[in-house]
Amino acid sequence: MAKFKNHILVCAGTGCRASQSELIVENLNRAIEDNNLGDEVQVVRTGCFGFCEKGPVVKMMPDNTFYVQVTPADASELVTEHIVKGRKVNRLLYVDPDSHKVISDSKEMGFYKKQIRIALRNCGFINPENVDEYIARDGYAALGKALTEMTPEQVIKEIIDSGLRGRGGGGFPTGLKWDITRKVKADQKYVVCNADEGDPGAFMDRSILEGDPHSVIEAMAINGYCTGASKGLVYIRAEYPLAIERLKIAIKQAREYGLLGENIFGSDFCFDIELRYGAGAFVCGEETSLIHSMEGLRGEPNVKPPFPSESGYKGKPTNVNNVETYANIPVILLNGSKWFSAIGTEKSKGTKVFALAGKVNNVGLIEVPMGTTLREVIFDIGGGIKDGKKFKAVQTGGPSGGCLTEKHLDIPIDYDSLLACGSMMGSGGMIVMDEDDCMVAMAKFYLEFTVEESCGKCTPCRIGNKRLHEILEKITQGKGTKEDLTLLRNLSYVIKDTSLCGLGQTSPNPVLSTMENFADEYEAHVVDGKCPAGQCKALMQYVIDPEACVGCTLCSRVCPVDAISGEKKMAHIINPAICIKCGACMEKCKFNAISIQ
Amino acid sequence: MANIKLPDNKKKELKEVCAKLNNDPGELINALHAAQGLFGYLPAEVQELVAQEMNVSVAHVYGVVTFYSFFSMTPKGEHPISICMGTACYVRGAEKVLDEFKKLLNVKVGETTPDGKFSLSCLRCVGACGLAPVVTVGDKVFGRVAPEDVKTILEEYNN
Amino acid sequence: MEVVKLTIDNKPVVVNKGTTLLDAAKSIGVNIPSLCYMKLEDTNFENKPGGCRVCVVEVEGRRNLAPACKTECSEGMVVNTHTMRVINARRTVMELILSDHPFDCLICAKSGNCELQSLAQKLGIREIPYKGEQSHYKGDESPAIIRDMDKCIMCRRCETACNEVQTVGVLSAINRGFNSVVATAFEMDLDHSSCTFCGQCVAVCPTGALTERDHTWKVVDAIVDPKKTVVVQTAPAVRAALGEEFGMEPGTLVTGKMAAALRKLGFDFVFDTDFAADLTIMEEGTELLDRLNKYLSGDKSVKLPILTSCCPAWVNFFEHQFPEMKEIPSSAKSPQQMFGAIAKSFFADKLNIKREDMVVVSVMPCLAKKFESTRPEFSVNGDPDVNYSISTRELAAMIRNANIDFASLPDEDFDQPLGESTGAGVIFGATGGVIEAAVRTAYEIQTKKPLPKLDFTELRGMEGIRSATIDFDGLPINIGIAHGLGNARKLLEDVKSGKSNFHAIEIMACPGGCIGGGGQPYHHGNMDILKKRAAAIYREDAEKPIRKSHENPYIVKLYEEFLGKPCGHLSHELLHTHYFDKQKKIEI
Repeated sequence: MAKFKNHILVCAGTGCRASQSELIVENLNRAIEDNNLGDEVQVVRTGCFGFCEKGPVVKMMPDNTFYVQVTPADASELVTEHIVKGRKVNRLLYVDPDSHKVISDSKEMGFYKKQIRIALRNCGFINPENVDEYIARDGYAALGKALTEMTPEQVIKEIIDSGLRGRGGGGFPTGLKWDITRKVKADQKYVVCNADEGDPGAFMDRSILEGDPHSVIEAMAINGYCTGASKGLVYIRAEYPLAIERLKIAIKQAREYGLLGENIFGSDFCFDIELRYGAGAFVCGEETSLIHSMEGLRGEPNVKPPFPSESGYKGKPTNVNNVETYANIPVILLNGSKWFSAIGTEKSKGTKVFALAGKVNNVGLIEVPMGTTLREVIFDIGGGIKDGKKFKAVQTGGPSGGCLTEKHLDIPIDYDSLLACGSMMGSGGMIVMDEDDCMVAMAKFYLEFTVEESCGKCTPCRIGNKRLHEILEKITQGKGTKEDLTLLRNLSYVIKDTSLCGLGQTSPNPVLSTMENFADEYEAHVVDGKCPAGQCKALMQYVIDPEACVGCTLCSRVCPVDAISGEKKMAHIINPAICIKCGACMEKCKFNAISIQ
Repeated sequence: MANIKLPDNKKKELKEVCAKLNNDPGELINALHAAQGLFGYLPAEVQELVAQEMNVSVAHVYGVVTFYSFFSMTPKGEHPISICMGTACYVRGAEKVLDEFKKLLNVKVGETTPDGKFSLSCLRCVGACGLAPVVTVGDKVFGRVAPEDVKTILEEYNN
Repeated sequence: MEVVKLTIDNKPVVVNKGTTLLDAAKSIGVNIPSLCYMKLEDTNFENKPGGCRVCVVEVEGRRNLAPACKTECSEGMVVNTHTMRVINARRTVMELILSDHPFDCLICAKSGNCELQSLAQKLGIREIPYKGEQSHYKGDESPAIIRDMDKCIMCRRCETACNEVQTVGVLSAINRGFNSVVATAFEMDLDHSSCTFCGQCVAVCPTGALTERDHTWKVVDAIVDPKKTVVVQTAPAVRAALGEEFGMEPGTLVTGKMAAALRKLGFDFVFDTDFAADLTIMEEGTELLDRLNKYLSGDKSVKLPILTSCCPAWVNFFEHQFPEMKEIPSSAKSPQQMFGAIAKSFFADKLNIKREDMVVVSVMPCLAKKFESTRPEFSVNGDPDVNYSISTRELAAMIRNANIDFASLPDEDFDQPLGESTGAGVIFGATGGVIEAAVRTAYEIQTKKPLPKLDFTELRGMEGIRSATIDFDGLPINIGIAHGLGNARKLLEDVKSGKSNFHAIEIMACPGGCIGGGGQPYHHGNMDILKKRAAAIYREDAEKPIRKSHENPYIVKLYEEFLGKPCGHLSHELLHTHYFDKQKKIEI
């Protein structure tokens, strides 16, 4: 990046691209040309900055000015004002919501202050389509070091000592997994990268692949060296076209540089990577399903053992890790296990990337040291709850996780504490909910997902989850009974206890955790016939306040089912037996006479 | 003989793709991706051809096609509409947006309008959670969609 | 062999490494209930997807319950098979399965033979607390097999049978989650698929999802019709299994009781397919020798090996999967069809009735026979040679319906002239039997010498693929045998690639041959039953006064009076057929 005086970094992650960041790049380039700055300023498309809430994000280098919510129309002003005249465009700078102060350096923003970026170290800094930029930031140095200075055993020891655990959900010690694969004797072994990120609301892996694909390639090669595999496979969701594109470019460049292929770094280590595409099945995040899918089969899981480390792809020992896990590897080798294990808690080392979403002010991708509390994440980084509403729950671990509540806000985020309170780390989805969210409906939402994504191989997941969903549906319809709560609980335990794979073994977690943490809300649904959050339509009733109603007849005319009756200029009445709760009347009423009870 | 209505040149192309994949049954999913890319969807004849070229049974291909939600046996509309039902979008009201689309298009999820113009589907997280709720029409992403915006979005494609 | 020691229900157990918990428990008398699991010894059928979760047990130190059928014993394991946690889980799983299963046990074709039903009984399920949507799928009523997938419990046994054992590949799990079910491609009807109707899926299905098409009422209708002369033929394998339906030991021969029962049921003539089996040997054996001799004399246009063609599922198999080889199998019709053709010509003439007024019913261990009888080439002006083919199970149902106390029936003989058979005809029922019968006749015709021995034990057994060389008085004849279509495929691939040098090959679609047919009493995974049936077949052969087809006096007479000579003009018309290319191929 030395040649140019200025660089303009534009986020080209999926989120910002959806907000026309490509057009911003185009307009910036035109403005640079118009001002004859082609030799001095370069526009760089980078991976995700993380601060998706304020996207599209544009960052000026070298002075670190962080512009937010930029539109294509702002491009020429950014060039003429910021670059040419050296004046910051104030209206595009971030305003701290508390102090109302303008902040131009991202390091000063609440969103970034508590973050430590290891897996995301290059996202938003480099052009992911240029291997030189990765190399300039010590890229492939770890691979070089491993191949030229270290034995596979030494590399694995370093990983084991670092305390790195799988970031895909289970939290199995990564080094140990590598060691098992290494020790199995076979003529062929495989290294697989699980990029089938399926949790709804999670996009960590996608962002890493879009923003820093080489880090994953490098780590896979290191893994190949350690385990004795010459072939790597990335199993990636077909729904991630941009990540696929960038990965393809990166693999091509790595091959051109001899970083993949024969005799890497002059050693006798040979390694290459191929892509395999997912096709829309959440269960393929489970490693045995993933392997079946790569073999051209239905993505149904197998009973473990045997584990893929012993018998995986094509029956050969296969090491499967997820994207974020791999992204950590090169830095660990360069900075050493001591550096890494100094970050985090006793049993969970390093950092974790979360996709923070839902009812928080700052939606985005964040990376925090293990041990950070939920409160810090939601209120300091996430900027608190949207629209000044009240925090109600946070869901971690996606459909496999649980809903945590106020009382859990101060627990440190790590594998074991989350598990202990009925949730799990999962792959890193973190959804914040406010007082308007009904927890029964939330559990139902997750079950709907599980029902749709269950592969159907084992009974408890295939039929059990369906029945769970049906009972929850019944409850949100106001037809639930106390007996249903007993059934719900028993069924949840049995599904967890008897399901074949991780999907079914965790699918009742949203139900159990909400039943545990929001028992009163379930009671309210089945005993009082009320939805405290006011979300369950069937439990709502639209009523007309006879005092406020002037009898204008507007509501009765707009009602699609003729549920409203009343004489002109007299108070009207809604017949709840006919009312379909569409809300049209309330919208039309000019006298605020209609309310929901 | 199967009742074939597919253009010969595309069938040939598919055959070549399969050959490039070494007609290896393990590459079935890649072959199906390619086939769907070529034909837009995977009608029975295409699945039969893929089965023949990839050396697997038609039942197996059908079993795989019906397993993965990415594969479709019905042609998509000219403008495929997808509503993100990821959790982030859900808690920010995606369901209401979906209802509005259903109402205005008068189709269910997974269906195509009779004129072939729009098809409606749900997907799980495009990763633009910052823009929740998100709707995609073809390649275009609409962020922060409210039910009131649905009509405007459709009008954009209705002329 | 390495052994491991573990504890099951507080009892120490020592087993070989690799043993599953299910088997280890069984070895100490602990019968863990299972449902989807099935293993057929001696065949390569093993179904253990670990999916039903009925056999879960508690293994100390494990977070979740473990499926006993799929969990291998390891050193020091402590296993409990009936803790409260296990029993509750097992019951709940069962209740879930039943919550998505039709409640029509009373009228289900599988009632009394249903593994789901007996398991529910065993677990004492009396109510189903989980209520909700039930699955509904398109029905499929092919000429042989009825698929009612609403009753499918996703055990996947049929898939294993169809794809792995038989390599027919017609079935696959489709959809996912609650909507998943086993189906054909595009959920087409079986008769539009390349199904061979071997019925092995039906034989292993634990529930009423897969059953045979029932023709019993049509048969009863024909019997009571005074205008019809109803003739019945029974295949060799039926007599070795029918008794099981009436509580007799597997392997009990009930030939005489069966003949008596058929007569009581009101059939006008009770004949034996074994007679037609002898006839088949005459035709097929002659064809074999003809091709062999031409081949030996250097005629390059002659193709060897000759393949048997009496198994209709096998015929369906090669028509769909190996159409390029359709000239190799013998053109001889199957015994069922030979019987029909002779009954409706020779015998109808004898009775002086029109063929349309004769109804030929066959009792078969087979479901493919139902399909075979509907082949258009096996009918004259729309009148099929065999009107109805019923299975061993259907015959048992008819006998029960007619209030016949089967066990106390006296032994009776078949009627003549189509009821006389030799030991050679009987052994058609077991794998290797057809070729052994053919050898007995071909040897004597070829060498013009009497056979030194009649029992070719080298051709018998349960091995999937067998081969033997038989010395035809100095001429070595190489014989291949396969049972199970997967084995047939292997043998055929070898023939195709020129790897094998067989002169003749016998192929039977079902593991064990006809005794393991899809229409036989359900074996529920017990392979001993098949072995006992095979032993019964060979016992009947050994006890027969005549054991070579060409010595059957009625066969000799049939040629003298009617057919002329084997493979002669009339034989060709009545007893031989041709095959069709049924492979779906997309040409570009």
